[in-house]
Amino acid sequence: MTVQGLSVESAATGRSSGKPRVGLAPVMFLLPFLIPFVLFYVLPIVYALWRSLHKITRTGGLFGAAHEQFAGLSQFRTVFHDADFRSSVVRVLVFGAVQIPVMLVTALVLALLLDSTLARFRRTFRIAFFLPYAIPGVIAALIWGFIYSPNLSPIVSALNKMGFHPQFLSSQLVLWSIANVVTWTYTGYNMLIIYSALQAIPQEIYEAAKLDGAGNWATATRIKIPNVLPAIVLTAVFSIIGTLQLFTEPIVFSKIATTITSTYTPNMVVLNASQNNYDYAAALSVTLAIATFVLSFGFLKLTQRRAGS
Amino acid sequence: MTIATTPSSAEADHQRESPHRRRSAVQDSPSSVAVAVAFLILMATYFLIPVYVLLTAATKTQSRLSQGGGLSLSTHLLSNIESLFTEDGHIFLYWVVNSVIYAVGGAAIGTLLASMAGYALAKYSFPGRELIFNVVLGGVLVPATALALPLFLLFAHVHLTNTYWSVLLPSIVSPFGVYLSRLFASAAVPDELIEAARLDGAGEFRIFWQIARHLMGPALVTIFLFQFVVIWNNFFLPLIMLQNQKLFPVTLGLYTWQSQVSRSPELQVLVVVGSLISVLPLMIMFLALQRFWRSGLSAGAVK
Repeated sequence: MTVQGLSVESAATGRSSGKPRVGLAPVMFLLPFLIPFVLFYVLPIVYALWRSLHKITRTGGLFGAAHEQFAGLSQFRTVFHDADFRSSVVRVLVFGAVQIPVMLVTALVLALLLDSTLARFRRTFRIAFFLPYAIPGVIAALIWGFIYSPNLSPIVSALNKMGFHPQFLSSQLVLWSIANVVTWTYTGYNMLIIYSALQAIPQEIYEAAKLDGAGNWATATRIKIPNVLPAIVLTAVFSIIGTLQLFTEPIVFSKIATTITSTYTPNMVVLNASQNNYDYAAALSVTLAIATFVLSFGFLKLTQRRAGS
Repeated sequence: MTIATTPSSAEADHQRESPHRRRSAVQDSPSSVAVAVAFLILMATYFLIPVYVLLTAATKTQSRLSQGGGLSLSTHLLSNIESLFTEDGHIFLYWVVNSVIYAVGGAAIGTLLASMAGYALAKYSFPGRELIFNVVLGGVLVPATALALPLFLLFAHVHLTNTYWSVLLPSIVSPFGVYLSRLFASAAVPDELIEAARLDGAGEFRIFWQIARHLMGPALVTIFLFQFVVIWNNFFLPLIMLQNQKLFPVTLGLYTWQSQVSRSPELQVLVVVGSLISVLPLMIMFLALQRFWRSGLSAGAVK
């Protein structure tokens, strides 16, 4: 979590003197946060884990009384053999492998440009790029769904007149149409993180580079990018988490296009399962959360080791 | 996903004004400036065109809309807004008010709780402090969608699903807010000031409320802003929790209308106008608060 030298450690060194007399004050300050935190963050996680290790069995035939019964890891075995779940995971992985690099490279290029001597009207551009982030995911998907629509869209009808007939919602293209919505929403946000890191690079480094005769390109590749690498890694980690949790855009599109099934992404599989089997939905949720953690944390460790060597 | 810009972007906003740093020495050729600006304009067009399409579509009648429309403005915005707000017994008004209740209420309480906790973690030393902080920090990495389903099951046990509470209560927890306010409290609230206030006989809560809260002011606005956006954008949680349309936030309401469009096509224009209406206040707030937030920061820097 280290952005811009503001790190957890630096928070801890704002050392308090910890004199007596304060008594229970820290507890009174912490409890109003900790109680809802435990109730609405910790407890649901524990509860999901607990439910995922159980399943409903019925005694006395199909219509008998239902019992929660400890089932060990058997739910998870079912999860791993669930064809819908597996194909949804593969789908978001393919999605992320393309969408995340495209988005982050665009964000990096825009941030570098706005930080360079070449740009004009920086403030206006910064606001224009960041604006889509102010639009809720559902609304963004509704707007783009309208733009993609073969019947309603002024863009599609303009393209038709020019002789192009793209089918944005066809089964081949719809995944990348969703990727475009996500890219549109989050590029400016990621640009801002990288841009902020660029602004924090100490002036002296540039002066040294100038003395060495470094031009715009050399400054960007040799100084700026290496210096903002931690910020880029951070944006990548959050993008990985977001991709695995992909839900809003596809479920909105599923109301517009028939090409999106009810099990299109892992979270849609969870929602689908929750309609009839909570224990299994809990097991899916837990699997997805663990996969998200492993992938994002693994990426973090991998990039840190690279940087270290 | 709304994580981690704040301290950095706040800082950038503050520094950005330092006029044209490292700009004077290098002279760029006019052609490379032109290429760069042209590229920036192209990208700005990409980011802004959907908003423009939304704006023009919202001014058209349903029949014009279903013929493909075109990109020009028409004159039916006001009558569209009128039908938006009168549709189905003013249901859209309920959705807007609900979104405001969820977002303002959740973000206000969430900011208060996070600032108290962050202050305590920054300014007191007590056993278990780092453990608590690390557990809370772990909460930042838990995706909200992973919590929604177990929250629903827990709320069902206490019969709280399909109520305001089911959406509001989980929204008041902001682990990221605690992280931020700890950073800001240790940076902005000097220990000497706290000691001096204690010598003057001020109680611990009074010190927080009358001194620390003001010094942390700009940071609190930042925390509020980000929590507000998270809650306003929230979709999965209300989708799972709520059945009563009158409790829906605007995102869920418009989604419901969109899913009914195939049966009642006249809803399409309402979805479009509703999207515009629900996006505008958010954009205005974003721009307005951006200014407030920068002035707050520079004011803080003078002290």
